[in-house]
Amino acid sequence: MSRFKDLQKNLFGGTTSNARQFGMIFALVAIVLFFQVWTEGLTLSSGNLIAVVSQYSYILILAIGMLMVIVAGHIDLSVGSVAAFTGIVVAKLMQDHSIHWFLALLIGLGVGALVGAWQGFWVAYVGVPAFIVTLAGMLLFRGANQWVGKSQSIAVPEGFQTIGGGFLDDIGPNTNFNNPTLLLGFAVCVAVIVREWQLRRTRTRMHADPTPLWVAAIRVGVLIAVILFATFRFAGGRVGTSFPISGIILGVLVVAYSFYTRNTAAGRHIYAVGGNSRAAELSGVKLQRVNFMVMMNMGVLAALAGMIFVARSRASGPQDGIGWELDAIAAVFIGGAAVSGGLGTVSGSIVGGLVMAILNNGLILKGIGADSIQMIKGIVLLLAVALDVYNKRQGRFSVIGSITKGFRGSGPSTPSEPPAQKVQTPVVG
Amino acid sequence: MSSAPVLLEMRNITKEFPGVKALSDVSLRVRAGEIHAICGENGAGKSTLMKVLSGVYPYGSYDGQIVYQGSEVRFGDIRASERAGIVIIHQELALLPLMSITENIFLGNEPKKNGAIDWTGAQLKALDLMARVGLEEDPDTLVKDLGVGKQQLIEIAKAFAKDVKLLILDEPTAALNENDSQHLLDLLRGFRERGITSIIISHKLNEIEAIADSITIIRDGKTVETLDVKADGVDEDRIVRGMVGRELTNRYPDHTPKIGDVFFEVRDWTVRHPISADRLVAKHSNFTVRRGEIVGFAGLMGAGRTELAMSIFGRSYGVFEGGEIFKDGKRIEIRNVSEAIEQGLAYVSEDRKAVGLNLLDDIKTSTVAAKLSKITKFFKLDEVAEYEAAEGYRKSLRIKTPTVDEGVNKLSGGNQQKVVLAKWMFTDPDLLILDEPTRGIDVGAKYEIYGIIQQLADQGKGVIVISSELPELLGLCDRIYTVFEGAITGVIDKADATQENLMKQMTSNKKMQTR
Repeated sequence: MSRFKDLQKNLFGGTTSNARQFGMIFALVAIVLFFQVWTEGLTLSSGNLIAVVSQYSYILILAIGMLMVIVAGHIDLSVGSVAAFTGIVVAKLMQDHSIHWFLALLIGLGVGALVGAWQGFWVAYVGVPAFIVTLAGMLLFRGANQWVGKSQSIAVPEGFQTIGGGFLDDIGPNTNFNNPTLLLGFAVCVAVIVREWQLRRTRTRMHADPTPLWVAAIRVGVLIAVILFATFRFAGGRVGTSFPISGIILGVLVVAYSFYTRNTAAGRHIYAVGGNSRAAELSGVKLQRVNFMVMMNMGVLAALAGMIFVARSRASGPQDGIGWELDAIAAVFIGGAAVSGGLGTVSGSIVGGLVMAILNNGLILKGIGADSIQMIKGIVLLLAVALDVYNKRQGRFSVIGSITKGFRGSGPSTPSEPPAQKVQTPVVG
Repeated sequence: MSSAPVLLEMRNITKEFPGVKALSDVSLRVRAGEIHAICGENGAGKSTLMKVLSGVYPYGSYDGQIVYQGSEVRFGDIRASERAGIVIIHQELALLPLMSITENIFLGNEPKKNGAIDWTGAQLKALDLMARVGLEEDPDTLVKDLGVGKQQLIEIAKAFAKDVKLLILDEPTAALNENDSQHLLDLLRGFRERGITSIIISHKLNEIEAIADSITIIRDGKTVETLDVKADGVDEDRIVRGMVGRELTNRYPDHTPKIGDVFFEVRDWTVRHPISADRLVAKHSNFTVRRGEIVGFAGLMGAGRTELAMSIFGRSYGVFEGGEIFKDGKRIEIRNVSEAIEQGLAYVSEDRKAVGLNLLDDIKTSTVAAKLSKITKFFKLDEVAEYEAAEGYRKSLRIKTPTVDEGVNKLSGGNQQKVVLAKWMFTDPDLLILDEPTRGIDVGAKYEIYGIIQQLADQGKGVIVISSELPELLGLCDRIYTVFEGAITGVIDKADATQENLMKQMTSNKKMQTR
């Protein structure tokens, strides 16, 4: 019993919200296994895994930015339109002015930053609720996309297509696997071990109960097994394929933003603003700057997501990005963020996004219609958040319990004195 | 009084939460028509007991018996207890700010005529109820436009609308100024004459001593004793002894101040109200703080003490109009909170839950929140440094918690306040401004906080204490400024200060200078 608790508590890092993350990862594993069986092994096949990553990487990139927006207590409804707008601008630049694709990519990020700054200005400095600002932005940039592109699709050159549909070129000896992907996988394994070692060292220095060694071993073992499995799957696809470039971009962003939100002062300020903006302000947090930055950052990431999508579909069109905001928001909330802000993690949002991705993909593999898929996704979102709400409510009593327990445990004089007092002064009526 | 019949008797109430006994065998007897006070430290179980009584914890979730008006009652929810005439008014008022007085009084209890709400009838009844609680306002006034004192009266009027027989007030005067508190206490006396029974929970022992007929003291979830105020000749010290279980001879730790030179000076400080532009919340204020000195700011609620402090702390309140700040003889410019922190200022707000803490944070995150740069190495927050800082304060301030990973929302008021103090001590301030540092904190924790304040002063820091409790200022401060309607009306040395001369200066706009 207690061993199981140990396991549950420590399996996925010693963070505060680990019970919740544990549940989420458990749900993801369950969904993967369910579809793996139901689709008779199709879900975890090389080709499908590669397709899932390249199909959903841009949604997950949006989810990273959206997580920060939601943690700060806002929402961004405009990401799909912003993505589409950036896409068309970049496509048009490359077509009409034959700008090099890499320069176009940088310009695209710049456009995203400008759009984000525009929205950030209204949210942070004028004080219009982000819901309204981005609702306006949703209309504004959708219209701008169709105005710039004259409601036509514009194709993008091959070089640009790499960031969406590209793969790692094979190098080195012929191993029947894509060697760069293998190297990447091994590097991640090493990183996992190093990270675990660092974590243990930190915990020892903080005099926290060190994770039992066997738990740590299981944790690292399981993780490495999963990574190696994925590595060989991704590396063993059709010749010419590998772990997608867009997946690598996503991976880099996840690591960078996890670090930013968890381990930097600026990241922590976002949580402070979302948790209690007045308290944050009185602690020296520059409220307006934080709000401006999260909105602007969302613009940049939306632009990147838009360009990756355009690169993958080889053309930018007037219907790009419709409904993306909802997928991104759903991923963040399934991943455990609070509607009122102040809570949520990048990794949680990614897991939430993967749950939706696998679900979507599995249902498509089974030939379920788009109508049914939407309904199922809606129900899943509702149930996931309802379960979370329910758990919190269930936990409320034990929360109160643990408060009082805390007092008792540390109140030094409590056990002996009260009875003595009772004898001294009888109750008078 | 002791001959009056018993209206309410709670017998052997035991309430357990998973793993904890919040109440164990608590008994309470309230006689009809009396004012019965319940005293106890925070966490002693007062609120739990009242929640059992009012049906928040329904029958069956506790052991014991409640006998009310001669027969046993089993309330399933709040509505059931309200139907029986038991109404509880919580510390946090449950009014809707954007609704009118009438709408609030009859919320959930709307008088109906042919199925529709009878607003005319409601209006007339509201006027009648408002007269009974001494509230003179237009019943159409929105609640947000009223002060806390008047809002409290609306809550009581609301209770009367429900035909109250037993009125329970949880910390009714905690947020009220002296005048409003007095008015409320007079009101309760009036109710007593009309035969309404009240139970009052309060940390303000002087008020309890003044108003209560009997007092039940609870400690650690157990009834300690019930005192008859007149017959037993109860005074504050007697109550404190019951609450803490020992003699607390001195409510303020002994302290010999080590006062140095003036190092902080504010000159001609003037601030406008953020909304009404013609109102000055600080009028040409001048004051000084010396190293090692604890300086008090006395004033009625709304006098502008908080506003003055916050505007100095990085202009975080109102519109800056003019004035200068000198620190160590040099004029300094503080335009925002981070500059204030840079300059060694710290402001501990009067409302730790609303603006002092992020209640989603754990203790260690809260501790370092105001100076993350101190634990940042190459852009990365050093978790070990964070832990060590928090752990250090946990030990030195005696914050009662198993670990510093615990969420601050799980701490008691006193311990939360210690975390806020730790948060600001962590910024290495030269001047700490403490706004109502002991509000809503029990006697034992207050004593500890006073000790911390004195230690800070002894380290050569300047400390400003804003408090509505004059005895606290008298017990703690070396010098006390009085504030009235945004203006500093005087300053009195500890040796010369009395409640009377402070009160006089707090309530008059005549500038008088004792030194």
